Amino acid sequence: MNKISDNRAWWLVLPVFLLVAFSALIPLMTVVNYSVQDIFGPGQAFFVGTEWFKSILADQRLQDSLIRQFVFSGFVLLIQIPLGIGVALMMPKSGIKGSLCLILIAIPLLIPWNVVGTIWQIFARGDIGLFGWGINQLGIDYNYTGDTLDAWLTVLLMDVWHWTPLVALLCYSGLRAIPEAFYQAAEIDRASKWAVFRYIQLPRLKSVLIIAVLLRFMDSFMIYIEPFVLTGGGPGSSTTFLSQTLTTMAIGQFDLGRAAAFSLIYFLIVLLISWLFFTAITQADKEK
Amino acid sequence: MRQTRSKNIGIIIYILLLLTPVYWLLNMSFKTNREILGGLTFWPKNFTLDNYVVIFTDPSWYNGYLNSMAYVSINVVITLLVALPAAYAFSRYKFAGDKHLFFWLLSNRMAPPAVFLLPFFQLYSSIGLFDTYIAVALAHCLFNVPLAVWILEGFMKGVPREYDEMAYIDGYSFPKFFIKVFLPMIRSGIGVTAFFAFMFSWVELLLARTLTSVDAQPIGAIMTRTIGASGIDWGLLAAAGVLTIIPGVLVIWFVRNHVAKGFALGRV
Repeated sequence: MNKISDNRAWWLVLPVFLLVAFSALIPLMTVVNYSVQDIFGPGQAFFVGTEWFKSILADQRLQDSLIRQFVFSGFVLLIQIPLGIGVALMMPKSGIKGSLCLILIAIPLLIPWNVVGTIWQIFARGDIGLFGWGINQLGIDYNYTGDTLDAWLTVLLMDVWHWTPLVALLCYSGLRAIPEAFYQAAEIDRASKWAVFRYIQLPRLKSVLIIAVLLRFMDSFMIYIEPFVLTGGGPGSSTTFLSQTLTTMAIGQFDLGRAAAFSLIYFLIVLLISWLFFTAITQADKEK
Repeated sequence: MRQTRSKNIGIIIYILLLLTPVYWLLNMSFKTNREILGGLTFWPKNFTLDNYVVIFTDPSWYNGYLNSMAYVSINVVITLLVALPAAYAFSRYKFAGDKHLFFWLLSNRMAPPAVFLLPFFQLYSSIGLFDTYIAVALAHCLFNVPLAVWILEGFMKGVPREYDEMAYIDGYSFPKFFIKVFLPMIRSGIGVTAFFAFMFSWVELLLARTLTSVDAQPIGAIMTRTIGASGIDWGLLAAAGVLTIIPGVLVIWFVRNHVAKGFALGRV
């Protein structure tokens, strides 16, 4: 659609601008302000310039949690995107069965995040949880509170359980938007199932997939509450992701300057990667 | 035919796996703590509603739900009120800085809440809003408003501009056109947006917990009380968890026919 140029449209956007500016710009400025100071208490702050940024970038603990974060987000995308597409392909197309599937699949998304953590905390326990008990019955030694790898895998499994529905529902809506004529044409050409998927469905899913990757990346990169409830970041620091490191620093140790500098670096990383995705989305919109 | 059957079986297996953890929570909420810790049972042997009775009779418990409901409702109303005109502007007009503004809005959806915890706390404390519904509702606008603008803009793009022009020719003023003609046309989009705003505000806890202490404490924060000196009260925790799932399921039922499009942010 051709849009009209009219700067008066700003009046319509102004409420949003003011509201978001109030809850985003003021806190952001506070963070920037903290990041260049060393704060001992009220009225006892010293300007330290970029010292915090230098020390953060060199901090081993933070580098570790950054690497853990990237590995985690990488696995999240690798598992959830294909699985989500698969589920979407299997979902009934319409009718009451379709609605029912939709709602059942959406259930994990509607659960408060701390409850998600709680559910898995119970479900994965070896003594009272079905999952932990089942794995142990199979003869595999599994204990997510003691073993590093088990804990990590449990957090990953929890995230897959929690968020694959989002990818599935996105893809489902993408699939519904493909005109029936495309499939009919494929049938006349006697295209194989795979060819239909590869040359009709997948290209048409492109825009929703970009959104799915974007949302999943952002949210997995900011994950906090669920592993916090499930494992508390342990054992050791195997499931301590960036958000948790940051929160511990800011609130637990009240290390404001460092935490603020860390926040900014964290924010910039997310922003940079998201910007790349966003450009890809607008590009895809243009091609349509 | 065989293909649809294998598809059906696949989806049924997926949904069963998906629901198992939820079933386990439900199962546990009907048990006594003695039974939970006594050994693994696949369904409650001594079926009890005690855990639910505790929640529904103790004000410090059920107030948690009411608090969460209150700030979520306020948030949905604010989000829709400001996002509707903005989304209209983005879908219909080009204006100075529109692309940058749009990305800036979205970038707030991408900001890790942990980054804003402390400044938020200080900001709302300094203006005297700490521990009120409105503080949490405003804080949640940070990620809900950008999302709402994004979804609504997608839905609004689907309405041809000829409708707008026709309404002007018929002598409608802009506010009248917007409320009487335009909003009814995108009501499914509004419903879906309200659902998303509800959902994200309902599931968020980090900010809600930081900005409240007693009067406006969300249910998620109250749940941590089940962890006492004598260990965790598993039955009560499970019952509280089950009750947090119900509002979402009720709300999604109303928008079930449009929610798929909403999940794609109106982009298909």
